[in-house]
Amino acid sequence: MITLLYFARLREALGTGQEQLALPAGVTTLTALRAHLALRGGVWAKEMAAERNLRAAVNQTVAAADAPVTDGDEVAFFPPVTGG
Amino acid sequence: MNVRVQQQDFDISAEIAAMRSGNPKIGAIASFVGVVRDINEGDAVSTMTLEHYPGMTEKSIAGIIDQARGRWEVLDALVIHRVGTLRPTDQIVLVIVASTHRGDAFAACEFIMDYLKTQAPFWKKEITPQGGRWVDARVTDDKAAERWKT
Repeated sequence: MITLLYFARLREALGTGQEQLALPAGVTTLTALRAHLALRGGVWAKEMAAERNLRAAVNQTVAAADAPVTDGDEVAFFPPVTGG
Repeated sequence: MNVRVQQQDFDISAEIAAMRSGNPKIGAIASFVGVVRDINEGDAVSTMTLEHYPGMTEKSIAGIIDQARGRWEVLDALVIHRVGTLRPTDQIVLVIVASTHRGDAFAACEFIMDYLKTQAPFWKKEITPQGGRWVDARVTDDKAAERWKT
């Protein structure tokens, strides 16, 4: 299982901030995970589409799009940050 | 070195006094305070709510302070960032950097703030007469952070 977190505008659009997901076979990178989530259709297809400007973190560290994802990871997707 | 993410307000005078006391090596302290404006993108802002990623936010800011320590002489540093609902004139963020001389204190303070704005996981949502809206990231903030790479 991995823990998935969504923040800010993305969290509101998806209607959820956190879920547990059994990592499907073959999903080993953030890019693949995002494509897998987009297969849910509806808002998921729209928000997780490759052209949407989303950032990601794996285990609370900013990660590149092709970063590996393994069982037990905490993966977060979020819009570009706007603090300060 | 100290990072706090909190709902409560902060007192810059008390924080600077605490940093100064007992550290006679400090010769310069630079600080920055970010404040909620009443107008953004031409619309009146009644309240602003700040969301963050607990755990990652603190680690991210600590990492930014570490980068600053690698580039300048930083004797001590403090970042306080507020979360929750704030109103115009409220303080949002405080950065304090202590060094031997002012050049390092000024530079490290600005660096920490530029990186915080583009890397630390915070998100602002404004309430305006048109309703709630998430604030978009600014290209000018990315450029401000980019210039430290040269």
